[in-house]
Parts: sequence; C-alpha cells; structure tokens
Amino acid sequence: MTAPDPILQLGKVRFRWSGRAGFSVAVDQFTVKPQEKVLLLGESGSGKSTLLSLICGTVLAQEGTVNVAGTNLATLSGGQRDRFRAETIGVIFQQFNLLPFGSVTDNILLPLQFAPQRRKRVDAPNEEAKRLCEQLGLPSSLLTERAATLSVGQQQRVAVARALIGDPPLILADEPTSSLDAGSQANFLDLMFKQVDANGVAVMMVSHDPRLADRFDRVIEMKDIARSEREPA
Amino acid sequence: MILRLSFASLMARALTVSMTILAIALSVALYLGVEKIRTGAKASFADTISGTDLIVGARSGSVQLLLYSVFRIGNATNNVTWQSYQGIAARKDVDWIVPISLGDSHRQFRVMGTSPAFFEHYKYRQGRSLAFEQGEPLSDLFDTVIGADVAKTLGYSVGDPIVVAHGLASFAEHKDQPFRVSGILEKTGTPVDRTVIVSLEGIEAIHVDWQSGAQKPGDPTPVEKVRQMDLKPKAITAALVGVSSPLKTFSLQRAINEYAQEPLLAILPGVALQELWGIVGIAETALLAVSVMVIVTALIGMMATIFSSLNERRREMAIYRAMGAKPSTIFGLLILEAILMGAIGAVLGLLFLYIGLFVSQPILDAAFGLWVPIDAPSLREAIVLVAVIAASAIVSLVPALRAYQLSLADGMTVKT
Repeated sequence: MTAPDPILQLGKVRFRWSGRAGFSVAVDQFTVKPQEKVLLLGESGSGKSTLLSLICGTVLAQEGTVNVAGTNLATLSGGQRDRFRAETIGVIFQQFNLLPFGSVTDNILLPLQFAPQRRKRVDAPNEEAKRLCEQLGLPSSLLTERAATLSVGQQQRVAVARALIGDPPLILADEPTSSLDAGSQANFLDLMFKQVDANGVAVMMVSHDPRLADRFDRVIEMKDIARSEREPA
Repeated sequence: MILRLSFASLMARALTVSMTILAIALSVALYLGVEKIRTGAKASFADTISGTDLIVGARSGSVQLLLYSVFRIGNATNNVTWQSYQGIAARKDVDWIVPISLGDSHRQFRVMGTSPAFFEHYKYRQGRSLAFEQGEPLSDLFDTVIGADVAKTLGYSVGDPIVVAHGLASFAEHKDQPFRVSGILEKTGTPVDRTVIVSLEGIEAIHVDWQSGAQKPGDPTPVEKVRQMDLKPKAITAALVGVSSPLKTFSLQRAINEYAQEPLLAILPGVALQELWGIVGIAETALLAVSVMVIVTALIGMMATIFSSLNERRREMAIYRAMGAKPSTIFGLLILEAILMGAIGAVLGLLFLYIGLFVSQPILDAAFGLWVPIDAPSLREAIVLVAVIAASAIVSLVPALRAYQLSLADGMTVKT
C-alpha cells in the first residue's frame, strides 16, 4: 500500500526578502500529509510568517520547490497562485482578521468570491455558512451582525468557519491562540479540530507555545526544518 | 458581494468619506449651478428682446445700437430723422414699427419716449408681453408708465408726479411740465424695469422751451398752450421693427442699411446679442474655469483621503489577499471605492443643485431679473456627472497603484 501524496511538500527552499534587511529563510525538507495535524513551533523572527507566505504563494521561493496539493507553486503565474490559494488553503490569522465592516456571512463566504471550484462545492453558500456556524456554536441570529460587534470567542468561530467553507484540503493557522488564555486556547482547538476531523482536511498551525503540542499529530520545531538569517545592514 | 463590502468599507469610514463626498457634491453643485446661471443669464440676456426682427438707428456699431436702444447703456452718436422713420414705417414689408427716443433721465433711470405700439409689440422672454401691475397705459400727454425697479427704488405709485431731468446726470429739470405716473409695469427682468416710459409727444412737450440743450430765457410756455401745439418729433433715437414676413427681414435690413437719405443701421437683435455675448464670454469662461478648478480640488482631496486611509487599511487588503484576491483586485477595489464616492458625490451634487434652484429661483428673479429655469438634467449635465465619476476613477489610480504595491509587498503578513 503506497502512502498518499503529501498535501504540502517543501524541498530545498531558499527565500530572501529583498527589502527587509536581507532576512532569509531556508527549508531543506518539510512535508504535511493529508488530514495530518502539524504544529510548527518557533520563536518570533524565526521565519514562520515567511514560511506561511511561501506556502500561500504570496511570495515565491528563489530556489527549491513548494508543492501544495500536488502543484508546484513556481509553475503558476501570480494570478494563478492567488486563485490556487483561494481554492486550496483556508487561512486562520492570529487576530482572526475578519473584515470588521462585513457581516458574519460576508466574512465566511469571502474566500468563495475568489475560488470558483471551492464555490461549486458549496451548493447553498448561505445555508452552508449557517450550518458551519451552528456546528461551531455560533447562533444563527449573528449571521447578519457586523464582525466588529462580535466577541473574541465569536470571532474565532467565524474565522474557523471562513477557513473551512468549501472544504479546502489544507488549513493554515497563524498563531490563532496567541492572545487567548489557556481555557480559551483549548476551546478554540476543540472547535477547530472537530470541524477539521469532520471535513478530513490537514492543518498546519504555527505557534510559539509548546503547551499545545499534545493536541497535534506531529510537532516540529522551526529550527529543525528551517534556517533563518538576517544579514547585517 | 465585493461591491457591497466595498460600500460597507466606505461606511466604516463614514466621517472622512462623507466629508470627501460632501466636497465633491458641493463642487459639482457649484459647477452645475454656475452653468445653470450662465445659461440662464445668457437666455435672460437673449430674452431681453423677443419678436423684434430689426432694430434701426443712426449708423454706428451693431453692439452699440443694441446697447443703447435695448439695454439703455451708452448713447446714440446720432438720431434718425422723423422723415426717415416715417419712410421706413410706410414700407410694405414693415408690419409694425415702434419709435424710441432717449436722452433724458429721472434720477438714475433713463426716460424713453415711445408710442403706444411699444406696449403692444415689445416682447421679452420668448414672446411675453408687458403687463401692468398697477394703473394703465399712457393716455395723457404727461402720463408716464414706469418699470418695476423704478417704482420699487423710488417708492412711486400711480398718480405720483415725476419731474424729468434734461439729459443724463443733469441738474436742469423740466420742472414746468411734470409727468404723472399712470401705470407701473410688472417686473420683466429686462431694462424696461429700469425705464421711465413717456410718449414721444411728451418728450417734445417738455422740450418746447429748450434749444440746443438749454432752456430759452423768459417765461415758460403754459402747459395748456403746449397741449395745443403740434408735437410731432423731429428725430428719434432708434426704432424696433417687425417685418411682415420673416423672408423679408434681410432685404429690409439691406434696404435700410443702404438708405439714401441718411446713414442708417439696421441690425438683427439675435446676431447683435451673440456679438455682445461673445464680448462678455471671457468672464463666462473664467467663471467656468474656476468651477472646474473647484471640482479638481475636491477630487484631489478625495485622492488624499484614499491615500491617507491606505496605511490603516493594509490589514483589510491583507485579508483580501489571504482569501485569494489578486493585487489587481485590490487595485480595482480602490478604483471602485473612488467611483462610488464620485458617483454619490455627483448625484448628491445634483440634488443640492435642485434644492438650491428651488430656493434661489424666486430670489434671483426678484433681485436681478434673472430667470433660471428648473428643468430635468440636460445631456450636458449628465455628461458632467459622468465626467466627474470618470475623473474620480482617474485620480484614484495613484493611491490604487500604491495599494497594489503594498499588497504585493505585504502579502498576508500585516498584523496591525
């Protein structure tokens, strides 16, 4: 029996920011399997955000390959990478980054605006947003409320629903629990994993908090897979 | 949905955005208002005389003849003899003719001698006839009909006496033959409002004891004796002419211009008005240029507003990018936002214009005799609105380009 193709695979990646005092990141080898839950631990400045940008295709590696769901991002044009990201990756931010002026439904459905295939997988977007909210414990009465009026806990749920809608095969979570207390962190992970398991998608979460390690299938230290350097000015 | 989110984003910055929209709206209203007043003034100008085919006077310039005969500005260099006037009046191609005799004044207002035909044939504002607010037309030799501004400024009413001064800005008055106000005309918005109208015979009557601009020495001729005299004028200043058929206008004009007995000039009022408008057109252009600059300033203000909002909106743009929006989508969003602001500003400006017109129309008419019509937006106005919206899009290209560059540089890493 052959192992399934990895959902994420980085090989001999080298990237250097042009305008950021020569900050560079190098990753020799890194893979995430389908439906795997991976925690990537690293201190501030270790290159976590740069790695996420490389995986999302908002920046391109100068060397090496970044494969997401079997596609080498370097083979895609800028526009194709943007669309590919929208189709393939659900992103959860540190501060959840909802559009404060948009309604809960607007925020959840936003990725579908840029991902036609993902949109096709959702028969009735509004109903799907409502279903996700219900499963995440968010009252449907909040669907029309502006995101700015929600509590932090409610914003977490909306951010998870936004990442999950349309079943992207990979969820990237960028320190979504960093501003939460221990109880809230646990609640958030419970919510996210419940939906992730139900949808059968892979999760790669970036954090600097090792206490979360036992909740994941695999824990990787940033320093074990990547080297970051800042050239002296 | 993106359009709705763009609108919601604008609403989230309601104060600065509404100030920007207000600036655009006011500048659009100003431009359209200036345009309305300009066209209204032009129309009022053109409507000063209507239905008159030719104006005849001594040979001078067409604009000069128009100015002194219709607008009571300046003076005639010479007169038209009564014989010539009668010669023209007797022509078959002349349907009607109204003599005008100018030269005297009452306070700051011109006195005009004419015939009763003036009240019948003088038309303004697309064929409107003179109407009396009080009293009646001239019936007695010393009757006078005054314009609305004369009555209002000097506080005259029917029956009041008027003493005419000899010439303009003169201290010599025709005190022996005072006129009596027999009627006050309704406001017309034309120079008639500022005119004291008497009969041609009345003009002759007050000059019985005058020679070469000075009163003859000795006792004045008693009024009753004056009434018995032959008061046929020797000359008039100008005449308004209506032709029997429009086809004969040019041939009559040519005939008068080639009049053998004395050098005369016949002008087409419309053509002379165009010439005159061409002279004052420089001010008109300057006014329009200022209005355009106000719009440009408002649009630059909008550009500055969008620019200053970019930094605080980098997170919003990063969210869009993370969700899969291309940098070009961010670029488009900024343009769309500017178009929305421009469009709302333009429509609001149109609304302000109409509110302003409804409020100011009677005031402008009463104060300046300027009739600004309230019509549906014209094609020209629609083009102006579209141009403002298009200009909004164009000025937003600069901040949109900056947003494009920022979204490329930031990717999805902004954590403000």
